[in-house]
Amino acid sequence: MEILLSFLVGGLFAVGVYLMLRPHLIQFLIGFLIVGNAANLLIFTAGRLGSQFPPLVQENGTVLQPIANPLPQALILTAIVIGFALAAFGIVLFFRTHQVLGTLNAEEMPETFEAAPVPSLVDEPDTSIRRPQEPNPS
Amino acid sequence: MSWLIVLPLLIPLSTAILCLVIPKRAVQRYLSLTGAIALLAAALALLNQVGQRGISAVQISNWQAPFGITFVADHFSALMVVVTGVVALAVALYALAESDTQREGLGYHALTHFLLVGVNGAFLTGDLFNLYVWFEVLLLSSFVLMILGGGKAQLSGGVKYFAVSLLSSILFLSSVGLLYGATGALNMADLALRVGEVPPGLLSALAMMFLVAFGLKAAVFPFFFWLPASYPAPPVIISALFAGLLTKVGVYALIRVFTLLFTHETAFTHTVILWIAGLTLLLGVLAALAQGEIRRILSFQLVSHIGYMLMGLGILTPLALTGSVFYALNHMIIISALFLMAGLIYRLQGTGVLVSMGGLYRSHPWLAVLFLLPALSLAGIPPFSGFWAKLTLVTAGLQAQQYWIVAAALLVGLLTLLSMGIVFAEAFWKDAPKAAPTGAQAQPVPTGDRPDGAQAQPVPIGDRAREWAALGVPIAGLVLLSLGIGLWAEPLLSLSQTAAQELLEPSRYIQAVLGVSR
Repeated sequence: MEILLSFLVGGLFAVGVYLMLRPHLIQFLIGFLIVGNAANLLIFTAGRLGSQFPPLVQENGTVLQPIANPLPQALILTAIVIGFALAAFGIVLFFRTHQVLGTLNAEEMPETFEAAPVPSLVDEPDTSIRRPQEPNPS
Repeated sequence: MSWLIVLPLLIPLSTAILCLVIPKRAVQRYLSLTGAIALLAAALALLNQVGQRGISAVQISNWQAPFGITFVADHFSALMVVVTGVVALAVALYALAESDTQREGLGYHALTHFLLVGVNGAFLTGDLFNLYVWFEVLLLSSFVLMILGGGKAQLSGGVKYFAVSLLSSILFLSSVGLLYGATGALNMADLALRVGEVPPGLLSALAMMFLVAFGLKAAVFPFFFWLPASYPAPPVIISALFAGLLTKVGVYALIRVFTLLFTHETAFTHTVILWIAGLTLLLGVLAALAQGEIRRILSFQLVSHIGYMLMGLGILTPLALTGSVFYALNHMIIISALFLMAGLIYRLQGTGVLVSMGGLYRSHPWLAVLFLLPALSLAGIPPFSGFWAKLTLVTAGLQAQQYWIVAAALLVGLLTLLSMGIVFAEAFWKDAPKAAPTGAQAQPVPTGDRPDGAQAQPVPIGDRAREWAALGVPIAGLVLLSLGIGLWAEPLLSLSQTAAQELLEPSRYIQAVLGVSR
């Protein structure tokens, strides 16, 4: 069972990472959701499977063996909540981006100030910046 | 007095909640300032306590480690929390003079304090999964801060920041899951005891996963591309906070796990870190030289100087780690001062593009001094804190006979000086451009301050001394702190040395968390 789940996790990671590397933001979001589930399954598998009983003490004081490992479930629960928040924020962010920038292709989004001209290292600044009718000091 | 450890979390949390429930802007501003002062005071008290009693740990709700949630304060984390308080205070003070009504109405003050909760939580937690949760707290706050106001440049940069952070979070979560599967522990002290049972090959693979996950957050080579794409976009009261704090959380996490957990095969793992450090140093500063906008230059400088902190981690001698810790503290102060300065220049000139500004030395000579001092400190010129940080690292590198990384570090110092010199010459020494920047130049540069992406106009600073004080005092305070650390380096250096010793001898950390029984 662990081996089967390991292959499933690996497959989900491959699909999800591929989608996350695509430039389109919706593909990225779907990729994130898949990878998020893959990570949760990974924690679940890492916590060992095969045990069937809840980790509860019964009224007569006995514990049913073997108990399931409760810690991975607590971790996954936390991770699901965080993943949900991130996905919700991402959907709103991408919606707003589409409204303002008119595109969902990350490659079409310019970097801030990337086009700013680099100052010249020599004393005399680039003459194209100066007005041509400037009087010559000589 | 174990509650002192959680105070740096509770103070910003309650400040943030108060800011949320009190809608009045003026009240929020001073609440934010008070919260920052209280945070700094609590952090100093915590540092004092750690100095007196050694590493302190607190088990939340008395669930004993390794089962409950543990918070640990050693010298390293206490020092980081103190400098976080300093940066938060400077930014809160600077924000008093910014009349950004829109962003303040959208919850700027509450969000910064939620960010501080996440940052301090990450510094103080003693549990790996808990570290993931604090990362998410600070990331979610930073996502909202990054796009607050919704300008074009901010959204464009915010999308990249969001995407990269998500990828690194998932990677971090998976690495935690795998490490848990291999050891059955999540408490870092408990993990440190158990990693020895894991096959070294598997442990090295896990170490590389953590390196990538934290490297993405710390913006090291080859994962730094997102930082210059996003940090210049938001207003400076946001980006100064990010620049000072966020990448350092990644660096902190790297130093923590690579001194506590992954020390089984340093010949491999720490050599990789050393290579990453060297390439980050060189590529960051070279890219900074090819930029024409002040905040973008500073962003690349930020990336480059992360390399110095990793250099100390890669060498992994007591002196090198001292240098790393000292460099991180010093860099948080300096880079925040420089970002705030960039905001002030932007405000006076209405642009951050170097070729279309100038003449500031003539109009505001004191500002030139305020810029030059942290710039020289960044480059590592003697009387400043940056010099001692670099000297420590270079000495450690020479002792460890890692000559090429020393050469890279020294070259990068020189190139940093060149890069900062260009900024100084263009913004301060050069005459102001005769004509207003032509339309062709001004148009393609999105400013990020206006939702419509239009070119911002210079915002006049009134003659009122109060406004100048609010703008100048935080920068001057940070600069004086850097100068003070430079002139009296001994106290902070010895604190960093203690921190490095604690990092290199995990037994004290483990004993503080798990009790004397082990």
